Amino acid sequence: MELVQMTPSRTQAFGAAATQTSDQTRQFITCTLGQAEYGIDIMAVREIKGWADTTALPHAPSWIRGVINLRGIIIPILDLRARFGQGDTEPTPMHVVVIIQTGTRTAGLLVDAVSDIISIAPSDIRPVPDVSTDAPESLLSGLVPLDRGMVALVSLDQLLCFPADAALPAALASDA
Amino acid sequence: MNFDHLRTTYFEESAELLESAYSHLAALSENRADDDTVHALFRAIHSIKGGGGAFGFDRLVALAHVMETLLDLLRDGALAFDAQLTGLLLRGTDMLADLVAAERDGNTLPPGVEAELANAFGQAASKGGAPQEIKASVAALPSVPTEAASGWHIHFRPHPALFRNANEPLLLVRELRRMGPVTTVVDLSQLPTLDLLEPEDAYITWNFTLEAAVPRAKVEDVFEFVADDCDLAIVPIAEAVFAGDASEITEEHSPALVQQRAVSRTDTPAAQSVRVDVGKVDRLVNLVGELVINQAMLVQLGGQLPPDLCPGLIAGLETLSQHLRELQDGVMAIRTQPVRSVFARMPRLVRELTAQLGKEARLIITGEATEIDKNVVEQLADPLTHLLRNALDHGIEPPDTREAAGKPRVGTIHLSAEQRSSRIVIELNDDGRGIDRARVLDRAKERGLIAPDAVLTDTEIDELIFLPSFSTASVVSAVSGRGVGMDVVRRNIQALGGRIAVESRFGSGSRFLLSLPLTLAVMDGLVVSVGADSFILPISAIVESLRPAAADIQNLPDRRAVLCIRGGYVPLLPLHQRLGVRGAVTDFSRAIVVIVESDHGGRLGLVVDDLVGQQQVVVKSLDANYGPIDGIGGATILGDGRVALILDIPSLAAGGNVPPSDPQPAFETSASLH
Amino acid sequence: MAKIVLTVDDSRSMREMVAFTLRKAGYEVREAEDGQKAIAILQTARADVIITDLNMPVMDGVALIRALRADPKHRSVPILMLTTESNEAKKAEGKTAGATGWLVKPFDPEKLIDVVKRVSP
Repeated sequence: MELVQMTPSRTQAFGAAATQTSDQTRQFITCTLGQAEYGIDIMAVREIKGWADTTALPHAPSWIRGVINLRGIIIPILDLRARFGQGDTEPTPMHVVVIIQTGTRTAGLLVDAVSDIISIAPSDIRPVPDVSTDAPESLLSGLVPLDRGMVALVSLDQLLCFPADAALPAALASDA
Repeated sequence: MNFDHLRTTYFEESAELLESAYSHLAALSENRADDDTVHALFRAIHSIKGGGGAFGFDRLVALAHVMETLLDLLRDGALAFDAQLTGLLLRGTDMLADLVAAERDGNTLPPGVEAELANAFGQAASKGGAPQEIKASVAALPSVPTEAASGWHIHFRPHPALFRNANEPLLLVRELRRMGPVTTVVDLSQLPTLDLLEPEDAYITWNFTLEAAVPRAKVEDVFEFVADDCDLAIVPIAEAVFAGDASEITEEHSPALVQQRAVSRTDTPAAQSVRVDVGKVDRLVNLVGELVINQAMLVQLGGQLPPDLCPGLIAGLETLSQHLRELQDGVMAIRTQPVRSVFARMPRLVRELTAQLGKEARLIITGEATEIDKNVVEQLADPLTHLLRNALDHGIEPPDTREAAGKPRVGTIHLSAEQRSSRIVIELNDDGRGIDRARVLDRAKERGLIAPDAVLTDTEIDELIFLPSFSTASVVSAVSGRGVGMDVVRRNIQALGGRIAVESRFGSGSRFLLSLPLTLAVMDGLVVSVGADSFILPISAIVESLRPAAADIQNLPDRRAVLCIRGGYVPLLPLHQRLGVRGAVTDFSRAIVVIVESDHGGRLGLVVDDLVGQQQVVVKSLDANYGPIDGIGGATILGDGRVALILDIPSLAAGGNVPPSDPQPAFETSASLH
Repeated sequence: MAKIVLTVDDSRSMREMVAFTLRKAGYEVREAEDGQKAIAILQTARADVIITDLNMPVMDGVALIRALRADPKHRSVPILMLTTESNEAKKAEGKTAGATGWLVKPFDPEKLIDVVKRVSP
């Protein structure tokens, strides 16, 4: 199931969204986890797929569901719900994976559903209240109040930092 | 194509030419040169010069020119090679390489660094009878006569043989016309009667009047190619007097008779080759990879059909598999390249370092024609450079020390490459002092890398030098102390899917062994199942597989299990524990043990649920989108489109001593893997 | 129809330089990396002008010129040799073998075109 396909263009995710001064509005795809709505910069979205089984990775945190084959490249799939500390998703064929690309890295985000595309002016974005760096809130780059409720914008750069990145020295040391 | 492209080509080609120059020089210095070596050497330098001139790289052209002059004399036998000349040519080639690199990188070498060498070439050449040239060749263009007039009378009487070289007077007229109005008077008086006429001879004499104020040189230029084959007079219009006999004022050309050297080249014809952009080859490799996956998928689907339903299909699939394997071998062969290109850089390194360190060493290179994946070749340069640097700095002793130890003053370093089944083994041997194990051990304890009371075998001690931030040089030397340790060398080699090991005998030398996969992209794998997951084991590492009898499995005091096999014990590593897989077979006697071999011939029994089958797999990177995973070397895509992880035996073996009581919980972040 | 120039040189950058310059001037250019390959090409293809280096492996420029001049089919094809200014003897050898003209390396593009025009209709 392939609903949308877009060309990746911006590699820079928008950790700095809240401080951006440009008056250009930006578009976000919103997706749901239960009742909560999250916004993903549309420029980073490459395509949206239905859920398919993954291959588990050893030593990976539970929010890494494993890897899939995306037309010949191997990409990890993140369970966004588990990443935000709200328990593991029990995926069904109705669940959706949003394929995103930031920098040189591509990954999939497992969410319940994709709901909307919204246009947001920088002035609409409210800062995330101060939280400790390891709280799930540090993965957000801003909050947007809408009539129907709040959309939390996801900081994709933060999201695509994996434990494997930090584990390299340990892995090497284990060679000795 | 544009100018930048031409430049790129030139630098690529120069790199190849320099390499070939080095290998010819090596042949000369090792007395295995034949007649063609010097010709080939001449051509290499000549081509570098030719292209360099076109780009205006005057300094390198000037140096190449004096080298070429010397080589020309050597080629003609006017001079004979000796160690001194070979050394001079080596230094010249080094400098030429530097000058080429400087142009490529947009740097400028300090002015005059090559002057001394150029002089040395001039002096060497003068012994062979060549006049000493002082100026760069490009500067030595003939000075342009400046005589000018309002126009020119030109008397042009071709010799009968003018046509033999395919010259055409009409074209010369056309060229004159481009300069201005031309009046032509044709003199047919020499034309014989038809029966005497030789159709290929020239008989017509031409008198032109060119009414254009161009310099005489420009007019002379027109007749440049025919000047020897005609009587030519070029007189300014003002003088307007034709000499009665034009040939009197024709400058007499008497080309020195050149004895024609017999051209008897016995060059073995160079292997026919086509240059292909690496990107194109990579695309081909990727496509073949996709085909391999497709094929696996078809075979899997075909296997689900009742065999008698469509017998032709199965046979067809088998043929397809066969052809595909050949196609793949063919494509992979395109990517391979002799290791020569990286080996060839090493002699220079040895020359420079020995000079710098006050040591004496000779480098022997063998097996440089061994071929390996192009990417691997390129990435070998750094680790090899480091190992060689290390061997010279820490291994080879100063000449006096060597002599005192009863060794020859000149140290020997042997660099070799050979193919052993699907791997390439590169060896670097030196006859230096070897690893000082006591010192290594002290250092490791001092750094807290091992426990103070640890008892290690010799091999284990040698292995310590590969630990991160381990360096035995108590004084950081300018040569080795660049903040790069052997751990980086090991990491570089591992990144190429390779392994490195060291063997050393204190006092008599060290041997580094690098084992590298022939190609990075595809390997033969054994698919094994553990729980619901499939993993790939590299076939090359597998010794055997068996279903163990319960009685053959023993527990060590630390509760690690070992398998008794033919009287010896092999440690067992249950993969489900090591990799945290749920739902796997935990009773060893119901599982399968795959015995694999690690770097040093040490064996390890991997416990898996079952063997699924053997197939070629395309190695894909996990690093690009995720990162390295301990125990995992990469991933591949199976016939059903699912991803399977490829196990990395060395890192499994290294981190493998997990006691059964302490299993890795599934899907738990774990950085402490020991 | 575009004139066809065959450039014979073992140096790829030299060949590309010649080809680049002449193609821009409207010529069609073929390339060969030594004399033998040039002869092989000329078995089946036509060339209006041949530009050859003198120092080449397998079959050098002088041998190529001699071979072509010995063949009636190529007796009247203009052949330009690429020489270095230092090599008068080589140039004379090439001329004796039948070279129409020569170009001194390094050449500038304009000069190359001028010279090709000088020898070919």
